[in-house]
Amino acid sequence: MKLIILEQYDQVSEWAAKYVRNKILLFNPGPERYFTLGLPTGGTPLGCYKKLIEFYKNGEVSFQYVKTFNMDEYVGLPRDHPESYHSFMWNNFFKYIDIRAENVHILDGNAADLPSECQAFEKKIQDAGGIELFVGGIGPDGHIAFNEPGSSLVSRTRVKTLAMDTIQANARFFDGDLSKVPTMALTVGVGTVMEAKEVMILITGGHKAFALYKAIEEGVNHMWTVSAFQQHPQTLFVCDEDATLELRVKTVKYFKGMMHVHNKLVDPLPGSLKKN
Amino acid sequence: MPSNGSVSDAPITQFINCRILKEHTLQREDLWVRDGRILDPEKLFFDEQGYADRQLDCGGAILAPGFIDVQLNGGYGVDFSTPSEDPGAGVAFVAKKILEHGVTSFCPTLVTSPPSVYHKVLPEVKVQSGGVHGAGVLGVHLEGPFISLEKKGAHPEQFLRTFGGSGGVNPLLEVYGGLDNVSMVTLAPELAGSQSVVEELSQRGVTVSLGHSVANLSQAEEAVQQGASFITHLFNAMLPFHHRDPGIVGLLTSNRIPAGRSVFYGMIADGIHTNPAALRIAHRAHPAGLVLVTDAIMAMGLPPGRHTLGQQVIEIQGLHAYVAGNTLTSSPVPNQLTFDSRILNVFWGLGTTTLSGSIATMDMCVRHFQQASGCSVPEALEAASLHPAQLLGISHQKGSLEYGCDADLVLMDDQMVLEATYISGVEVWRK
Repeated sequence: MKLIILEQYDQVSEWAAKYVRNKILLFNPGPERYFTLGLPTGGTPLGCYKKLIEFYKNGEVSFQYVKTFNMDEYVGLPRDHPESYHSFMWNNFFKYIDIRAENVHILDGNAADLPSECQAFEKKIQDAGGIELFVGGIGPDGHIAFNEPGSSLVSRTRVKTLAMDTIQANARFFDGDLSKVPTMALTVGVGTVMEAKEVMILITGGHKAFALYKAIEEGVNHMWTVSAFQQHPQTLFVCDEDATLELRVKTVKYFKGMMHVHNKLVDPLPGSLKKN
Repeated sequence: MPSNGSVSDAPITQFINCRILKEHTLQREDLWVRDGRILDPEKLFFDEQGYADRQLDCGGAILAPGFIDVQLNGGYGVDFSTPSEDPGAGVAFVAKKILEHGVTSFCPTLVTSPPSVYHKVLPEVKVQSGGVHGAGVLGVHLEGPFISLEKKGAHPEQFLRTFGGSGGVNPLLEVYGGLDNVSMVTLAPELAGSQSVVEELSQRGVTVSLGHSVANLSQAEEAVQQGASFITHLFNAMLPFHHRDPGIVGLLTSNRIPAGRSVFYGMIADGIHTNPAALRIAHRAHPAGLVLVTDAIMAMGLPPGRHTLGQQVIEIQGLHAYVAGNTLTSSPVPNQLTFDSRILNVFWGLGTTTLSGSIATMDMCVRHFQQASGCSVPEALEAASLHPAQLLGISHQKGSLEYGCDADLVLMDDQMVLEATYISGVEVWRK
């Protein structure tokens, strides 16, 4: 694991966006080979999306040959509901960039046959050649996507009932009314994300600190599903100072000491010019 | 972003780099148009996997719904109330000109006239969509003749009428010749027999407006209960506000308006018809009901001098228009106008300082209103678009940039100076 520790939310967003930009550019996607990107929703990645939009507008990166796979979507929420993950992705990312609709994949929470929808999604990932980089967040209960505590660490895309913790965390998007929050969701499994070539988890805020501690300083445990990534060969955790509050001083010092090396990953690539 | 969708083959235009008036604010959003209507880009993206065929760069300008003028008596030498060989052509001429003022839909207005005028003009002025040829005609606004003698303003006394005893709209059908293509009638509710008229007109879908009246607040509220929903040029041609009987002005804060309904009021914000302080009082009392109207007359767009309004002569001095002094006069038609010369009339008139319509243009009114009231740009723009559309019951289609609405637009800078006008997404005027 690489643990990238930055001062605040804005620096995390910028670092993560630069990393994604560089990965796309290094991959050099084209009509015959698309860069496959796994994407999250929620408050944490918002800043990263804003930065990526900036990079697109500056001509630093194009999403024309990028295929995206979102992690999850609520069940039963109309697609055009302002809180659906389709709406989130459109309003916060897709509408500002040059991605084509046919290259965007988001689970359909209103499909007639939810298990089939989940299987079809897994197949789409397979057909696309697997995911190059899966970006994700972490819940206060240590979940990745909607893989709530107790989810199998080898799980695949499926229907999940949301934990009360998650419903409460999401209530703020539904006027604070618990009864309005959907209780089920379709989500990629821990196993699905583990199959990505690389995984980048964004973690900001003191309220995530305990989850981060459990995820990287304790053992692999299905009660803290993000801990599964201890067994992934290429994982990046990008976090702010507040998120490290429950970690050992030793861990934090060690990784801060590596920053001069890790920062090279986000340097502008040689020869990268304005596009077109 | 590239081509089109499976639902329609029509080309999609994306207005980019603009600030659109939506949800009562200016938002930095793109505006998508297909088939003359505003398109939901999210639906286009997810349902049709579609995208824009072309992008129009607005250069950071404000993109707002086109203005709707519900009280326009004429302009550029054309007087809708003065019969000519081809009234339709006169309306069309003005409709084209007002595109320059950002007006994309309007109600040609006829002041008090003899039945012969109505019978001649009304059948020729049809409801029609706007386009490159001019602003859309929503329907005629009949201001009179069922109005009060004391508050006739510049209307000719000899053609005022009362309702008679029969009740219902028969007297109106007689005078007007019919109610086809009529979207609004201004009347004085204190006239005997008005209740059934207001009720029946409202049921027929005609907007009833109170104006040129000496009604007290009770009479006005009664009329609203029967269906009246507009006040013609608030403050002008009605009793002044009095603290023990606010009269028609009191409708702005009346608590006897039926639930779910709203009273709108026209304001001529030309700086002359209403003192800015009075404008502010009305605006602060009932901001959601304010509808900007020009009440523009034939002389709007013409140079200073004498001109005809209905059956009377008026005189232009700067931005002021007055009922003319007692001189026999003929008004030569300016050379650049090429319409029927019978619009030229010669009359005796009595000198007065009775205001006689305005010659301010709609965009001038919007700017003046914003300045005088200190309201926000969105509020000023809504007073000329959303509110008139709500008044006429067409806000699902006009006066708004919600998905599905007609793409009648105005492009303007931060001072609300117009740069371009669009109807159904097509550019119909550019500065």
